[in-house]
Amino acid sequence: MRWATLVALAVLLMLPNFLGSYLLTVFIFIFFYAYLGQAWNLLGGYGGQISLGHAAFVGIGAYTSTYLAMTYQLSPWIGMLIGGAAAACLGAVIGYLGFRFGLRGFYFILLTVAFGEICRLVVSHVDALGGALGLFITFSGDPWQFQFSDNRYYYYVALGLMLISMGIAALIERSRMGAYLAAIREDEDASEALGVNAFGTKLAAIVLSAFLTGVGGTFYANYLFSLQPNTAFGIPLSVEIILRPIVGGSGTLMGPVLGSFILSPLAEVSRTYFARGGLSGVHLIVYGSLLVAVVLFFPRGAYPYLRRLLSRRRGAP
Amino acid sequence: MTLALLGQAALNGFLFGGVYSLMAVGLSLIFGVMRVINIAHGDMMVWGSYLAFVLALRLGLDPFVSFVLCAAAIFCMGVVVQRALVNRVLNAPHEMQILLMLGVALVLENLALVVFGPDTRRTESAYGLATVWLGPIFVDVARLITFGLALALSCALYLFLFRSDLGKLIRAAADNGYGALVIGADVERIYTVAFGIGAACVGAAGALMSALLPFSPATGFAQTVTSFNIVIIGGMGSLLGAFLGGLLVAVAESLGAVLLVPSLKELVGFVLLVLILLFRPQGLFGGKTS
Repeated sequence: MRWATLVALAVLLMLPNFLGSYLLTVFIFIFFYAYLGQAWNLLGGYGGQISLGHAAFVGIGAYTSTYLAMTYQLSPWIGMLIGGAAAACLGAVIGYLGFRFGLRGFYFILLTVAFGEICRLVVSHVDALGGALGLFITFSGDPWQFQFSDNRYYYYVALGLMLISMGIAALIERSRMGAYLAAIREDEDASEALGVNAFGTKLAAIVLSAFLTGVGGTFYANYLFSLQPNTAFGIPLSVEIILRPIVGGSGTLMGPVLGSFILSPLAEVSRTYFARGGLSGVHLIVYGSLLVAVVLFFPRGAYPYLRRLLSRRRGAP
Repeated sequence: MTLALLGQAALNGFLFGGVYSLMAVGLSLIFGVMRVINIAHGDMMVWGSYLAFVLALRLGLDPFVSFVLCAAAIFCMGVVVQRALVNRVLNAPHEMQILLMLGVALVLENLALVVFGPDTRRTESAYGLATVWLGPIFVDVARLITFGLALALSCALYLFLFRSDLGKLIRAAADNGYGALVIGADVERIYTVAFGIGAACVGAAGALMSALLPFSPATGFAQTVTSFNIVIIGGMGSLLGAFLGGLLVAVAESLGAVLLVPSLKELVGFVLLVLILLFRPQGLFGGKTS
């Protein structure tokens, strides 16, 4: 297993030398969405607290670092952490309100949707943040400003983000907190009866998840060079974030990564393929049908299924 | 800012609230019976709107007549979705149901985009511009008819659920699905009918609303979210709560559009939702949370 990991890592590190610019873009999206999915997975997968408002954290992080960079020339590398902190604060507010009042399941989902939409509406009415038109970043090619003239650097940054998120998830999985989160996911009342501080654990999970998602916002802004409230805070982005861990297998370390390797190329290829034909909605129909199929045929996600398949083959004589 | 302006906004909102109520009643019924969150609700509504639009364009049918056909068509859509998909995940975890309905929503929304294009539409109605003056404020006739029809449909649904045998079985299954199974009710059929009726409500609401507000495939998800707001504010599983919640949210949005900026009117609904979730999570008219 350790060898397989090292080989995979070496392949990913060498890969940009062999990829064309289009494939490079696809891989950047795979890593970036795996990163966001892993951040969501900490709260939604391990802890079972489903958030459909994670785009709010992306948006807050992206707007914070971009605003600081445009107004005070602060490097997005520093703004990234400030943006993450701002997102973490919002996460703390949502978590405090939601968990303190015992909102569970569907009610919590709706609270996160509501906060995401509130952020979107407020930001699109703040003139200093560009209103509904958003902010546009002028390209300078300065690495200190998080801008690279070569796409390969974005590739390595995205890969790094994904690996960091996996490291954090692996640490949590093995820690006491991971056990607490799993207990809360399976049966919150029973876990509390056994002395788990459910409120504190869930709050810590949402703050961490929001922080990581907010950090991702800076990458989002500086890779796309523009920020609009409707895309950076919108529900479609939240949907993109939750799809990958659920399709791959939520609550598992490899789930978000596997899910992103399945969905991101599919989204990217079908988008370019069908959009070129003038049928802009078709790729989302494919996407939606795929989702339905996953739920009906692989309800626990692809990763547990794949692992069972592998271990069965290994076990066979 | 005069009192008449505020009164006008409140009245417009109140009359518009009928369609909000109708779509929320549909959602509440589906959730109450099956505990399934119909994320495709708003997209079903948009399909109802487009059907009304096409019927008006091709056959010259007024949306205030054709809403019956639209409701019937979306009833069938609901039955198919329930039979083919929802039925198979009734006992699956929450997130799987959400994911399934998200997939259905994506398919419905983008199917509408492919078939009808991205342009905003509005169904022509003979009453579209008619108004009646009441002293300093006027009554929009189209809104008045819409409100009357929405109220009548809601009352009809109420009578069906509380007077007819099938309706009583639906309520029994909502209270306790297992219990309904034990006493020999055909729960699968009940679920199918309930989902169909919920869809028919939102289909009718879509047809009626298409004469009042411009719509496009992209408006579907926003309507889904608004429906959820209303249902939570009114009280999950309470049909009366959904109805009154619809009126309340519509009036609040309408006043918000006048007092703040028109494009911020949705904010009012969300703030209302957050307040309700925090201080009265069972909703204004809901009994208990569970």
